[in-house]
Amino acid sequence: MRRYVIKRLAQAVGVLWAAYTVSFLVLDFLPGDPVTAMAGAGMDSGDVDPARLAALRHEYGFDKPILAQYADYLGRAVRGDFGDAVSTGRPVTSTLADALPQTLQLTGAALLLAVLLGGGLAVVATYTSQRWLRQLLLSLPPLGVSVPTFWVGLLLVEVFSFRLHWFPAFGNDGLRGLVLPALTLAIPTGALVAQVLAKSLLTALDQAYVETARAKGAGRWRVHLRHALRNASLPALTVVGLLVGQLIAGSVVVETVFSRDGLGRVTAAAVTVQDIPVVQGVVVFGALIFVATNLLVDLVYPLLDPRIVVASDRRASFV
Amino acid sequence: MSQSLVDDVDDPAEAALGLARPVDAGQEPPSVPGRRAGIGRFLLRRPGLLLSGAVLVLVVLASFWPDLFTSQDPLKGVPSENFRAPSGSHWFGTDELGRDVFSRVVHGAQLSLKATIIAVLVAFVVGGLLGVVAGFVGRWVDDVLMRFVDVLLSIPALFLSLALVTALGYGTVKVAVAVGIASVASFARVARAEVLRVRQAVFVEASRASGARWYSVLGRHVLPNAAGPVIVLATLDFGASILAVSALSFLGYGAPPPAPEWGTLISDGRNYLANAWWLTALPGLAIAATVLSTNRIARALDGEWSRQR
Repeated sequence: MRRYVIKRLAQAVGVLWAAYTVSFLVLDFLPGDPVTAMAGAGMDSGDVDPARLAALRHEYGFDKPILAQYADYLGRAVRGDFGDAVSTGRPVTSTLADALPQTLQLTGAALLLAVLLGGGLAVVATYTSQRWLRQLLLSLPPLGVSVPTFWVGLLLVEVFSFRLHWFPAFGNDGLRGLVLPALTLAIPTGALVAQVLAKSLLTALDQAYVETARAKGAGRWRVHLRHALRNASLPALTVVGLLVGQLIAGSVVVETVFSRDGLGRVTAAAVTVQDIPVVQGVVVFGALIFVATNLLVDLVYPLLDPRIVVASDRRASFV
Repeated sequence: MSQSLVDDVDDPAEAALGLARPVDAGQEPPSVPGRRAGIGRFLLRRPGLLLSGAVLVLVVLASFWPDLFTSQDPLKGVPSENFRAPSGSHWFGTDELGRDVFSRVVHGAQLSLKATIIAVLVAFVVGGLLGVVAGFVGRWVDDVLMRFVDVLLSIPALFLSLALVTALGYGTVKVAVAVGIASVASFARVARAEVLRVRQAVFVEASRASGARWYSVLGRHVLPNAAGPVIVLATLDFGASILAVSALSFLGYGAPPPAPEWGTLISDGRNYLANAWWLTALPGLAIAATVLSTNRIARALDGEWSRQR
């Protein structure tokens, strides 16, 4: 178990290093001189003083060979220093750290909603014996993955803020301000969770152990929740693990729609002014979230299904 | 490493089992009329699928011949007629400058469809190439390429697109390329898995044994038989790309202002949400209908049709 965790942590570090390298290559190699963009950021005129350009080049180390630059930047990134945001001059790490709590609140609430709504939908749709209800419920997830998030957000604002005045349309204030953004962000994720869970629930309900449980006199609801759902939740859990990163990234759109402060707004602003250090920090952070949630999901598996053992030399596998 | 999004065939034994799957390229069923009637019945039993096809045809028509649907100028407005609610003369109402929103949506189809096609092509070509090379060459090349793909998968797609937009700059084509690159990884995985599956097939072994060169084995036997699932993935990716492209243009990274890109239309309408709901609601409906249709068709291609037969 411990060796397994250590090995997974080493892999995680490898992925983070590679993600950093990819973002370095994308942002520093591709067309468009970062220094000109940086010096031009926040200025109205396109003309930039050549002396300032040279000074910036030196400051950021762009006058050195590319490999030396890479080694230099990587060395600093390992110590948690992603440089300073060009637009504000503040360190990237603290810029992101300041914005993070708002976004974690939003994505946490969205994740909770997605699991409750998506999971609930799947359970009810597979439990009900009403054909029309089942068909109605099962037609919702394909709809949920097909609508643009920003459009759903704006429609919710239109109806629940401007017409009904139930929730504030914009801003970060309190729980009431969280409802609409979290719901918006939860819809595509919840739809995917519902699709996966409904499918695996249907498979699970066909299994012999369900028959056995029924034969031994367990109630229908009990069989559905205690026996089928527990086994069927594994694929859904995998999907949730994969989607957490997408939720964090989705905050860029949702926070823009609802004018909420947070990581998403910081990212959108950074892309607009080509603030490369901040964008790079965000990319690596996204990879960190992905790696961390997948590790967590793999560690939770054995709790749900005791047949899965965490082998010391292999990935979580069936015995 | 990471959990795979798509089922991966790593185990040669498992890949060999893939033999059981029918590989029917080039074998026309004997009775063509009977097959045609089958398609008709198949579609009639699925009105939703038929409707999806109709929507998609309309969108394609709108993007090539917008004048079929509207005679009004998408860029020129009548200032005295601004903020008119939807009516017989302006189906989707008018915006703050008095421009006809329906005409803007129709003309926007071209920009949005172009961006989507570029995005899917980039993902298909780059991802397919990575996957085919990895699967066909194998050994360390496979390892290196797939580790790279794993890293791409670990960065959330929107973040990767935004990083590419930062590097490339704004515009419809650049946004499309950014969206395409972000979905390269899933194409690479599926293409590799398919190539691995077909490579184990007896007829590939036979063609090798009878002295065919590697390129003819690849071109005549492996690629045609591995293409199916990758093409299904492309139809699925089509809907996802429409959403991703429109999200990026909503954020303001698409075509510059007067151009009626779908995402841009909605972000323009956002400023008048309180007094003109149609400026956001109706263009969004166009996006949702298009994505829903392509997803429905992708689902039909992905099994429903073959199960039916």
